[in-house]
Amino acid sequence: MSGFDTIIEGVLLGGVYALFALGLSLIFGIMRLVNLAHGDLILLAAYLVLSATTALGLPLAAASLLAVAAMFVLGFVLQRLVLERVLGDDILPPLLVTFGLSIVIQNGLLLGYGADSRRLQAGAFESSSVTLAPGLSVGLAPLMALVTAIAAVALLQLIFYRTSLGRAFRATADNPAIAQLMGINERNVYAIAVGLSLAVSVIAAVVFGIRASFDPSIGPARLLYAFEAVIIGGLGSLWGTLAGGIVLGLAQAIGGRINPEWQILAGHLAFLAVLMVRPRGLFPARRT
Amino acid sequence: MSVESIDMPASREQRAVEAPVWQVRVGTRLSRVAAVAGIALVVVLAALPAFAPRNLIQDLIFVLTMLTLAQLWNVLAGWGGLVSVGQQAFVGLGAYALFAGIVMAGLDPVAAIPLAGLFAAVIAAVLGPLLFRLEGPYFAIGSWVAAEALRLICAQFKSLGGGTGMSISPSELSQMVGLKTVQALLGLRPAAARDVLVYWLALLLAVLVTLGIYAFIRSRHGLALAASRDNAAAARSVGVRTARIRHMLWIAVAFATGMVGAVVYLQKARISPDAAFSVTDWTAYVIFIVVIGGVRTIEGPMVGVLLLWGLVTYLAQYGSLYLVVLGTLAILIMLFMPRGAWGAAARRWQVQLFPTQRWLGRSR
Repeated sequence: MSGFDTIIEGVLLGGVYALFALGLSLIFGIMRLVNLAHGDLILLAAYLVLSATTALGLPLAAASLLAVAAMFVLGFVLQRLVLERVLGDDILPPLLVTFGLSIVIQNGLLLGYGADSRRLQAGAFESSSVTLAPGLSVGLAPLMALVTAIAAVALLQLIFYRTSLGRAFRATADNPAIAQLMGINERNVYAIAVGLSLAVSVIAAVVFGIRASFDPSIGPARLLYAFEAVIIGGLGSLWGTLAGGIVLGLAQAIGGRINPEWQILAGHLAFLAVLMVRPRGLFPARRT
Repeated sequence: MSVESIDMPASREQRAVEAPVWQVRVGTRLSRVAAVAGIALVVVLAALPAFAPRNLIQDLIFVLTMLTLAQLWNVLAGWGGLVSVGQQAFVGLGAYALFAGIVMAGLDPVAAIPLAGLFAAVIAAVLGPLLFRLEGPYFAIGSWVAAEALRLICAQFKSLGGGTGMSISPSELSQMVGLKTVQALLGLRPAAARDVLVYWLALLLAVLVTLGIYAFIRSRHGLALAASRDNAAAARSVGVRTARIRHMLWIAVAFATGMVGAVVYLQKARISPDAAFSVTDWTAYVIFIVVIGGVRTIEGPMVGVLLLWGLVTYLAQYGSLYLVVLGTLAILIMLFMPRGAWGAAARRWQVQLFPTQRWLGRSR
């Protein structure tokens, strides 16, 4: 039974990693931008929600909605004021700017909140569990994380393939110049994409913050997990990213079961192994 | 037809072939003056331990090792387009190889330094083909993942202190090659003499790496590298082996980075996985130096490292705030002065101490 437990644990953990990865995947897919501050922005979102619940006394759901709005605006402004100026053929400037942003956010959070571990309070929800089968009960919070991840992927798929915004995203991703000729405002599309990426990151932050404690230094590790999920799953496919997150979660859970010190290492090694045998990921998009 | 039999107009043509009107030049008069000044500066720096206080020597070890790392990152990311955020991997590997050589194999520390570089180069050669499968920006995070994996693996070696790290006792370092000579030469105690020896090693590495990169960039291989970065397909079409040149550069940079790591940790004499593989210390600072000084110039990292030294001296006491300032400064420079301090100055006043661009000029 312990082996089965490990698999359940890994799959549920994978839901969180998929949520980390969606925002990263989104803006890379649309604007070829790799945001090195992605992990720290997730942490920023978690602290925003924390402040809204503790300082303003809002319930978690309301605080999350507030943070979604705030992070969307932040993403929009960030793209318009900063990232837009450095996007281009040279890959160096956007990487360096987002790396600088990562350092600023991480140390800014350290200044504002200190190095103590924090956690989002979700009341009775965080400790309750559901019985799926006789002798098999699963924590409600981890289960909700996976369900949320699936819902988020489904929602993003819906936006991408069923709305005019999604059409604008896909057109701009394919060819920004021609998309502009067709009357699409490229600057707005990019800014909305970054905003949406940060809004999704809030969901990732809340789901993660209920499950585990966090401190300002763990942002970069979130970025690495997100990245690994994207690459394992295969570029350009959101469902692939979800699968990639689950593979990463499984690798970590199995590694951690063998030896607790190997949990993170097992994830990294799984990533390198996938890179070795399937460099395009396990479930790459059919279209290139 | 012999040369003697050519009439006047033809012989003028002949002369034109001997001395073409257009000529590609790299060096300038100023660059030759700079070369002489550079040699003089190195001589002064080499003689410095004879009269400088110990804390200045320690500061200069920091400056020289960071300068070397910055030059290496600059050639890798700036000229080569391999934007690595994982160079701490090779600093850490070099440091761990040094400690393993001293503690486990009983090697002389100075002799272990090139072996540490070699070890880093071997790991780079293995990782390279894997990471190069990641396109452009994804290579950056991929290199970071590799560095994290190596950090976690190094933490597994219980004989090297595991996750908490270990120290080397001064007695183990007292038999180091050259230490007795330095002690006798300058009349210093072992601890101070070790700093001087490390300082000279750091100076030697900084000079060799800088000259090596300068010569490489000015050579046809440097041109081939820049071509691979700007347009790989076009470079391949004129016969540049883009994959090979990038792989060789990646390995060579890892070799030198590993040696720098070994030199740094020879002075510290204390190692831990978190410190030796720190992304802030060995990559963020290094990128800051290159960005603030000027990407794709030899002078940029030199200017950048002096600016960082100033900021460290006055701001490091503020901890996190200091890093917020550094990060913000780097972002602002990327936005408004993308060529960096030296790049902007060089453009404004048309000065180049170590020119790397090729100028097409009329021959005299």
